[in-house]
Parts: sequence; structure tokens; C-alpha cells
Amino acid sequence: MSNNTSHNIDRDRLVDLYRTMRRIRAFEEAAEAASLSGQVGGAVHLSIGQEGIAAGVCANLRRTDQITTTHRGHGHCIAKGTDPGAMMLELFGKAGGTCGGKGGSMHIADFDAGMLGANGVVAAGIPIAVGAAHGAKLLGEDRVVVCFFGDGAINRGPFMEGLNWAAIFELPVLFVCEQNGFASTTHSDAVTAGGGANARAKSLGIEAFEIDGNDVAAVDGLVGDLIPRIRADGKPMFLSARTYRLKGHTSVDPALYRDQDLAAAQWQNDPLARAAEELRRLGLSDGELSAIDSAAVGEMRRVSEAAEAADHPDLAHAFDDIQDIGAPVWEAPA
Amino acid sequence: MSVITYSEAGCLAVAEEMRRDGRVWALGEDLGRGGVFGQYKGLVEEFGPERIADTPISEATIMGASVGAALVGTRPVVEMRFADFALCAVDEMVNQAAKARFMFGGQARVPVVIRQPSGMWRSSAAQHSQSLEAWYTHIPGLVVAAPYTPADNKGLLKAAIRCDDPVIYIEHKDNWDLEGEVPDDDDYVVPLGAGRVAQAGDDLTLVTWSKMVGIAEQAAEMARARGIGIEVIDLRTLWPWDQDMVFASVEKTTRLLVVHEAVQVGGFGAEIAATVAEHMAHVLTAPIRRLGAPRAPISYAKPLEDLLRITPEKILATAISQIDV
Ligand SMILES: Cc1ncc(C[n+]2csc(CCOP(=O)(O)OP(=O)(O)O)c2C)c(N)n1
Ligand SMILES: [Mg+2]
Repeated sequence: MSNNTSHNIDRDRLVDLYRTMRRIRAFEEAAEAASLSGQVGGAVHLSIGQEGIAAGVCANLRRTDQITTTHRGHGHCIAKGTDPGAMMLELFGKAGGTCGGKGGSMHIADFDAGMLGANGVVAAGIPIAVGAAHGAKLLGEDRVVVCFFGDGAINRGPFMEGLNWAAIFELPVLFVCEQNGFASTTHSDAVTAGGGANARAKSLGIEAFEIDGNDVAAVDGLVGDLIPRIRADGKPMFLSARTYRLKGHTSVDPALYRDQDLAAAQWQNDPLARAAEELRRLGLSDGELSAIDSAAVGEMRRVSEAAEAADHPDLAHAFDDIQDIGAPVWEAPA
Repeated sequence: MSVITYSEAGCLAVAEEMRRDGRVWALGEDLGRGGVFGQYKGLVEEFGPERIADTPISEATIMGASVGAALVGTRPVVEMRFADFALCAVDEMVNQAAKARFMFGGQARVPVVIRQPSGMWRSSAAQHSQSLEAWYTHIPGLVVAAPYTPADNKGLLKAAIRCDDPVIYIEHKDNWDLEGEVPDDDDYVVPLGAGRVAQAGDDLTLVTWSKMVGIAEQAAEMARARGIGIEVIDLRTLWPWDQDMVFASVEKTTRLLVVHEAVQVGGFGAEIAATVAEHMAHVLTAPIRRLGAPRAPISYAKPLEDLLRITPEKILATAISQIDV
């Protein structure tokens, strides 16, 4: 199926994919630090170890294509083209954030980049993605929608409803299930019956594929084949990408509920390390690789510093964008 | 003006707005055969099955997909079939539709109308009879409308479809066949948030909405025969509600009674009563009263079902008790 395996991908393309993954990693390491220091509040769900899926999938999308994502969505946003500066401001709850500081990590959205919103409710992005594709079809717009969700989401009703809907209305959606092995602190396998995500998709007549999500070149290659088919046929497809959540469920979760040796061993399968190794094989020097790394780390350090220094949203905006009629009116304190 | 039914008025509103704006479409179960109450009759013939879409029985996705389709620029009219079934889509209404605009910092709007046929409908029992409008008034981001007359069902539904925010649109199932004069003008729009004085009176202000407007009017007739003037205000929109109209009326009558079919406890009447008490205690000459249903599921058996109904007699007795203090 896929042409781009690790062994024949174009070097420049892999460099781009590696850079995207590295920027996601650097963003999330900066976010993790800011969360642990208390500067970023609330739950921060890191996708460290899963970057291959975000980078490999989004590299095949146009800016006008759209995505929905989940509570663990920083990587998808960056890969789709959202400005990490605005994202970090959002995490810090500052003015100038993607949502003016009103959303935070779990509600980042960037409609200009086709990022229709992360979601704090597991599986809630599935019907929304399907509806976005339905809307595009009604409007006669040529767009593919990619719907990212976790292996925990497949046990919620909207998963079945949304897939069935996309199939019967023939909508151009790529469903991407990130199989990171966990649903919060529960092993996903322990709570999922039958053949899992792909069997469920196939039972609804949706073509389903599986891929090693930590092999960014393989993800890129396969998705590069699927997206044009979805665009041409206007029918949904399903992709299960195997990966591993290297960190806890949130930034403050030490994940002691899992075998620590097995978890540590998973770092051997880190998608960044694997891509770096492949790039070396393709002739990239250590210097060239570390230049990419330090550029990403430097970018995200600057982004964090700027977010730290930025102002909180003006109180006068507290009630903006609730609704046109019937919203509270903000009054400056006397 | 034409005399048409409440159901036909709703149908006309959807048809006119679909002609006016190609982004408007309707979706829900059984719309292709005209909707379960006939409130989409003839529309699929005019607009085709893409814009009058028959969906699977997937309430969460009917609502969730409508949110997605609204975020990308269409204007869905969502048919929930019964208010009771909309409960299968509460996440999508409350966490998604109502929040997206705010949560995303104003990047997007969710212009959906969520039609929820509501209320007691003979012998329909506990899962097909509820009036849950108060729940939605509690949710920032939602507009809540509940028309009583056929004219308002046309004018308010058109306003709801033109509204850029999500509107919970409550139609009473007992009203479908109610006939009334409805303006033919295809720009006849009743503004959201404006009440209507259904009957004027000087002695007591009765605030109500939906089917209870008719019951209240009967009570007001009976009161008039006894020389008591009840001013019946049909709120039409519950959020935002027409405080100015209610306050002006209470200023005149000095008495307030709020009547709704929904369970009295935690009903929207409590909000109106509390607001008037907070702002108008100085003009009140009698305690504010509320009249709603007992906090009991709705029975199937007719006498038990009837026990829960608000009747003109109950309203009259309450009004008299307020006036004879
Ligand atoms: C409807 C709902 N139930 C529960 C939660 C709490 N919760 C947040 S993330 C999560 C686990 C989700 O697992 P999965 O879908 O596999 O995504 P992952 O976190 O692994 O990326 C849970 C249970 C929620 N946000 N929404
Ligand atoms: Mg998971």
C-alpha cells in the first residue's frame, strides 16, 4: 500500500517531518515545564511519543482541509500550521492566545488553519468532524476532514454514530485512532471488546488500515495514498496508528499504574529517535540534526518566555462572544 | 394574512428561510416523509433530500454533526423529534453548540436551531411529555424560544434561523393543529427576546408561555366575568426574557403570577419570580405566586395525567387568592 517506508522516503521530506515532530516535542516539553512550575494551570495532556502520527498525517493536508482533535491535541495543531506562540499564550491564559485565553490547552482552535477545535469531551470531536465534512459537501467545497481521537474514544456511542453517519452520507473524512495503549489510567485493551477499532470500522463498511504510528515516514506514505482517494471518492476511511504515550495521562501523572520497565523500554521506539536514525542513514550529519533540534528548542523557549511576559486578557472581554442577545454586560468596578 | 395551523406556520418558516438562504438546511429522523408531526410537509419535494436530510436515529450525531456543519458555514435546523430525545444529545447541545463561540474566542459561530417538540400530549406518559425548557435557560450561549400562536411560530422560527447563536426552539405538541392568522409576508420576523401582551388587565400580571398561554387566556376570561382584570403576558422567548414588559405590567397591576406546564420546582417561573421580587418588592401588594406541575413523572393513565395539568380553574383560584389578600 504505502510507498514511503522508512527505507525509501525522500530525505528532504523526512527532514520536514522530523522538524515538525521536534517542534511538537519542544513545545510540549516547554508546556510540561510551565505546568509543573504552576505557570500553566489545569490539565495538560502531552502527546510525547505520539508525534509521528500528527506530523505524518498533517503533512498530507492542504491548509483548507480541516481537523478536529482531542484533549491531547497540541501536536495536531502545530502540524496543521497553528502558530505555537498563540498556542502557548493560550496555555498561559493570556491575551493573544488562539482563543484569547478563554479556552486553554483543551480548547485550542485555529479556524484559519483548518483546526476546528480540540475538545474536552472524549469522542465529541467525532460528530463535529463528520458534520464539518457534511457541511463542506452541502456547500460544494473540496475539503477533507481528519478526525483524531484516542483508543478510549471508540467505546463511546458517538464513535459508532459518527462512523455510520460518515459512511451513509459518503463524507470525506479520515478517522485517525491513536492507539497509545491507555485511556487515562486504564489499559485500553482491558475495556475494549472484540476486534477493536478497525473491526468496528470495517463492520460499518469503512475501509480500515493499520500502521506503526511511530514510523513517521510510514504514516506519511500511507496517508499520502489515502487522502487523494478520500478526496476523489468522497468516502470515509479509517486509520489505526499504534503508538505509546511515553508520559502520564497529564503532565502531573507519574503513571505508576504501568510496568515501569516496559514503559522505559518504549523510549527505544521514540518516533523522533527513529526518524533521526533514518536521517543519519540518509546522510544527515549530527550537526545538521542538532541544528534542527536547537532551532525547535529555541523557538519554544522564546514562545514560553513571551507567554510568561504577556498580559492576562482584559476583564472587559469576560463576557464577549457568549451570545448576541442575553449575555451579561460587563461593568467596570466603580 | 392567511389562516393556517401552528404546524403549517413552522413549515412555512423553514421553507421561506431555505429559499432565502442556500446555507439553511434541515436534518432529523423521518423528515423525508414530512416529519413525525407533519411540520416538514412538502419540503423534501421542493428542496431535495440533501437539504431536507433523513438521518439515522443518532441524536448525539444529529446534534454534533450540526455543530460541525455550522462551524464551517451552514445553518442547520435540527429536528429532535421529542424534547425527551434531545437528552441523548445534551453534550452536543450544552458542551459543544453553546460553548464553541466563547471557548474558541469568537473564531466561530454555531447558528443552529434545535427544534424540540415538548409538553403533555394525551397519553404519552413520562418519556414523551416533558417540558424541559428551564434546563436550557440555565446554559450560557443558548437562546430559548417557546412560541404559542401560529403567527409566532412563523415569525420566531424565522428569527431563530437567522440568529447566529444556537436557539433551543420549543414547540408544543398540543399546538400543531391550532389555527390562527399568520402574515403572508416572507419577511415577517418576530424578534427574539420580545414578549407579547396576549390580554390586557389591571389587577394581576400573569406571565406564561407556550400552550399555557391559551389556558391562561381562558382563566382571564373567567376572571373578567367576576370583574377581575388579568394581564396575560406571552413571554415567547425565555432567554433572554422580556423583563421590561413584565416589569411595566407588574408596576401597573402590583401582582405577579407565573404559570408553566413544566415541573414547578426549579422551573423558569422561579427565575421570573425571583427577579421581580429583587427589583419590584416596593410595588408588590401581594405575594408572588407560581403555578407549575407537581414534581412527578407524567402518568399514562388519563386521570393521573390530568392531575398534573394546569387548568383555567387552578389559575383562577390562585389569582383570586392573590387579589383577595
Ligand atoms: C466523555 C468523557 N468521559 C471522560 C473523560 C475524562 N477523560 C479525559 S481523557 C480520558 C482518556 C481518553 O483516552 P483516549 O481516548 O484513549 O485518549 P488519550 O488520552 O489516550 O489520548 C478520559 C477518560 C472525558 N474527558 N470525557
Ligand atoms: Mg488512548
